[in-house]
Amino acid sequence: MRKVAIMGVGMTKFGPTEKSQVELFAEAAMEAINASNIKTKDVQALFLGNGLGDFEEGQLNLAGFCANELGLPPETTAMRFEGACASASVAIRNAFLLVASGAYDIVVAGGTERAFSMGTSLATRTFAMGTDSKYEEFSGLTFPGVFAMLAHLYANKYNIPLPKLKERMAMVAVKNHKNGAKNPLAQFQKEITVETVLKGFVVADPLQLFDCCPFSDGGAAVVITTDEIAKKHVEKPVYILGAGQGSAGSLCRQKDYTIMPSRIASAKQAYKMAGVGPKDINMAEVHDCFTIAEIVLLENLGFYDFGTASEAVEKGETEIGGKIAINPSGGLKAKGHPVGATGAAQVYEIVKQLRGECGARQVENAKIGMTDTLGGDAGTIVNLILGIQK
Amino acid sequence: MYKLTYKQYFEALKEGKLLGLKCNDCGSYTAPPKLCCDKCGSTNNEVVTLSGKGVIKTFTVIRVAPEGYDAPYIVAMAELEEGPWLMGNIANVDPDKAKMDNIIGKKVTVGAKVLPKMNYTPDEGVTPAFIIAE
Repeated sequence: MRKVAIMGVGMTKFGPTEKSQVELFAEAAMEAINASNIKTKDVQALFLGNGLGDFEEGQLNLAGFCANELGLPPETTAMRFEGACASASVAIRNAFLLVASGAYDIVVAGGTERAFSMGTSLATRTFAMGTDSKYEEFSGLTFPGVFAMLAHLYANKYNIPLPKLKERMAMVAVKNHKNGAKNPLAQFQKEITVETVLKGFVVADPLQLFDCCPFSDGGAAVVITTDEIAKKHVEKPVYILGAGQGSAGSLCRQKDYTIMPSRIASAKQAYKMAGVGPKDINMAEVHDCFTIAEIVLLENLGFYDFGTASEAVEKGETEIGGKIAINPSGGLKAKGHPVGATGAAQVYEIVKQLRGECGARQVENAKIGMTDTLGGDAGTIVNLILGIQK
Repeated sequence: MYKLTYKQYFEALKEGKLLGLKCNDCGSYTAPPKLCCDKCGSTNNEVVTLSGKGVIKTFTVIRVAPEGYDAPYIVAMAELEEGPWLMGNIANVDPDKAKMDNIIGKKVTVGAKVLPKMNYTPDEGVTPAFIIAE
């Protein structure tokens, strides 16, 4: 396996837009190509994450349009990867594997999405397609519903009174909005309080509006190449030290999903490949689609013992400057969650952080960062570990 | 190859019969059905009628519904006597009165709710509807 590095990265502002999915991706990808100091003709493959483009714009087969939009030649391999909300991370992991194996030298990978434009009713329906369409979707289950049930399961299992858990969940939102307020590309750049969260309307008991990430539009992309090529073009290559991916079936088959075997397996692969453990990670961009999701994943990734992460949040351990900075970008909660682009935006943030380019939200002395992206109800999980030293 | 397809499972559920698979190798039960035993992966399974009794493990009240559904309604997961968990609705509780202490841990029997074909579904849908014992 060849050593693999990220050169340039690019990302649009997240939030409602009048740009198409192709335009959003092309803008992010061209930024990444320019930042890599290469020409578009140097790109051999384009791996595109996209979740719901079919419903958003009536557009299938987006990858070819994106390649053409960027002026890539006819011999370019252009493919769409779909793993629901983890689509871009699946694309990036595959780019990593194929560059590592020698199949390609330079790949642009990322994603695009225009979920905001669907409106709440259709967006809620199409997002729910990430659950089992035969055995679960007919109950009217929604994604807020999946995580609302997780909150009840968690409170009951660990005997944490629901009002206490809800207060700690609100603190996740407060932290991520605080970080997002310092991110010029975030959908929400405004701080909130615990009271803001607890005053919001109920989406799915016990989750309120500010427990939930928004519907978003946006694009993000990274250029993946070999160590040798990266060193010739950029000053600070960021290395992909480890990558993992796990899978699971229907939520009901996962039973007590406060413990997610697909996530544990994915993280384990990534840690093993990188030769590090949870204690070595300085910061992580993780899948906080809902506030309770961030609490539960912190335990599944091994940062905290099961049942203890909500207390760690209350103590401020997951803030920038805390024990481990979680979602310095503002996370899905404040930065926004354009499904197919989310994983690439997580990598974008970790790369920028490792290069010390994050200004007011900079995590000091960060050497190793991790991403965690969840697709569907843990049907697809991807973890990447990035570092500035090989 | 399939001992029990989703369509056969739905048809039985509509008639009030909860079907599942019993593994002849490891003895565990799989429901809803799939190609192999959910525990050991064996395809040496037989179709059995399950007791239709279980306990609610978790729930939510959906207040922002997807296109095609009318909020509010309760979605819950129940653990069956035989071991598998099922996703479904709770049929006999007012959504506005559903709280952790009057839902979680309650014994239920499994009924069914039929949904008409809608956009992006191949046919009508059937979902378990849990009835909390009085």
